[in-house]
Amino acid sequence: MDWDALWLSVRLAAWTVFILFPVGIVLGRVLAWRHFRGKAFVEAMLVLPLVLPPTVLGYYLLVALGSASPLGELYQSITGHQLVFTFGGLLVASVVFNLPFVIQPMQRAFEGITQEVRDAAACCGLSRWRTLWRIELPLAWPGVLSALVLTFAHTLGEFGVVLMVGGNIPGETRTIAVAIYDRVQAFDEYGAAVMSATLLVVCLAAIGATYFTGARIGRRHHEY
Amino acid sequence: MSTSGLHVRLKQTAPIPLDVELDCAPQELLALVGPSGSGKSTVLRAIAGLGRPAEGYVASNGVPWFDTRSGIDLSPRDRRIGFVFQHYGLFPHLSALANVMESLVDVPGVERKRRARDLLSRVHLDGLEDRLPAHLSGGQQQRVAVARALAREPNVLLLDEPFAAVDRSTRERLYGELAELRRELSIPVVLVTHDLDEALMLADRMSVLYRGRTLQSGVPFEVVTRPNTVQVAQLVGLKNVFRAGVVAHDTTRNETIIEWRRNRLRARSQPDFPVGTQVTWAISQGHILLLDGAAHTADANELHGTVVQYVRLGNNAVVTVAVGGLDRPPLFMSVPLHVARQHGLEQRRDVRLALLPEGIHLMPSDSGPESEVGKHRRIQPASDVAV
Repeated sequence: MDWDALWLSVRLAAWTVFILFPVGIVLGRVLAWRHFRGKAFVEAMLVLPLVLPPTVLGYYLLVALGSASPLGELYQSITGHQLVFTFGGLLVASVVFNLPFVIQPMQRAFEGITQEVRDAAACCGLSRWRTLWRIELPLAWPGVLSALVLTFAHTLGEFGVVLMVGGNIPGETRTIAVAIYDRVQAFDEYGAAVMSATLLVVCLAAIGATYFTGARIGRRHHEY
Repeated sequence: MSTSGLHVRLKQTAPIPLDVELDCAPQELLALVGPSGSGKSTVLRAIAGLGRPAEGYVASNGVPWFDTRSGIDLSPRDRRIGFVFQHYGLFPHLSALANVMESLVDVPGVERKRRARDLLSRVHLDGLEDRLPAHLSGGQQQRVAVARALAREPNVLLLDEPFAAVDRSTRERLYGELAELRRELSIPVVLVTHDLDEALMLADRMSVLYRGRTLQSGVPFEVVTRPNTVQVAQLVGLKNVFRAGVVAHDTTRNETIIEWRRNRLRARSQPDFPVGTQVTWAISQGHILLLDGAAHTADANELHGTVVQYVRLGNNAVVTVAVGGLDRPPLFMSVPLHVARQHGLEQRRDVRLALLPEGIHLMPSDSGPESEVGKHRRIQPASDVAV
């Protein structure tokens, strides 16, 4: 059992969720309520990671983040080391390929809040923060929660993009999914089975815990 | 111009053309009336700060909320408004009490709850404080919305078709409650409605809006019986609109005489229309009387006609009377059913009518599309009409 790989996967998933939570809230609200030129194009671009083969996405990310690219070069000049084949690079890739998983459910959730309710919040004198905290998030909560759970579970299981951008460096970029593949390649079926079962349990626990907390938070918002 | 109350001037060409001037004094209820798409709600949203017209000025008690010339544009949060939305806009996840408490964010905790309870009790919702909006009836939801709107102690109360989403019997009860409530309010109230009766019943003044323009403002009964233009006459549902010529001004009796289909009609004095001019005249159905067999009225204009259509509508009968020929636009009148029975009204029956001079209102003849005024209303053969 490769505990390092599991811990790395959980860390990656947690960081991805942490970064994408505010991004999803902002983009989800904008896409749900605003009309602007090129909105359809933006929406299409955000869905792209969903339909592209992970290896293709991984390849482009490798090119975009590599030390020959402006982004990679900038990163290297600041930090002194390259972005690809590191945990940082993996996190950037993870954020990109999880965009549709976080934005789409959040967008649908915010679309469900009527203009009248939002206008009413403004006319009641609620600040933007209070509106977000007291009105929008409680109402959009199921969508927001499912977006976060999907992102977490999806990151734990992602394989193609991780392998392309991160490779298979133990403790740095070897996630549990890559480790399982590695075990199978080495004919270590027992190791693969244990890790697969562990991943299954962790995913189930994550989903269960999030839904449980979500239901409790949802209930709390109904009381005063 | 007094600085107290609400003053609104709005102008824009797109996306919805607007050219609106409104004033609403404290304690006054102003109704904005017009067909759908006339810009009523756009005006209300502009007052609240939920929409931004290209040009304009909105001020409450002399304090500008919106002024394009000096670049003032307060957000809805900073304008002290109470807004009751058409579908109430209640926060669906919060109880009635919590909905009202949200409007009291500036008030400290315990006091907040007490004030919210007081407001709910003021709109007769005691005992329902903990219900979610989904578990309240339409009328109860509207009351929560009103309580929430008043919680901020607003400078202006804005009501956007607040009675449109409830059934008729609830609506009539809510009319009474609003009338009662507004007696206690010392702020301007603006009510948007497409229902003229609602405006007549509740408003102190009304403004007729059409395609984003205020066509006429005034006391509702005045606007309805004395429209400035043919267009307003049509919008307020005046059916008796005809063309005539001014033939004299009787200064001793204080009357203007017009000639209509070879009848000389005495009208309330309206000296702005010189002798010889063509005018459009209108009369509301309340100013037409049905005369008994031999009775004469010295003061009214007596006309002879034939009933061409007689339709029962509940406790009233809508009677269409041809005057001066069956092929010409008829007069419409509504009479209580017992009066209709008393007169034995039926189709093809000859009747005598009295048109009260004070109800005959003159308008410029060129103020509307001519075809509308003299529109040929073809009457169905009597046998086709249900009695």
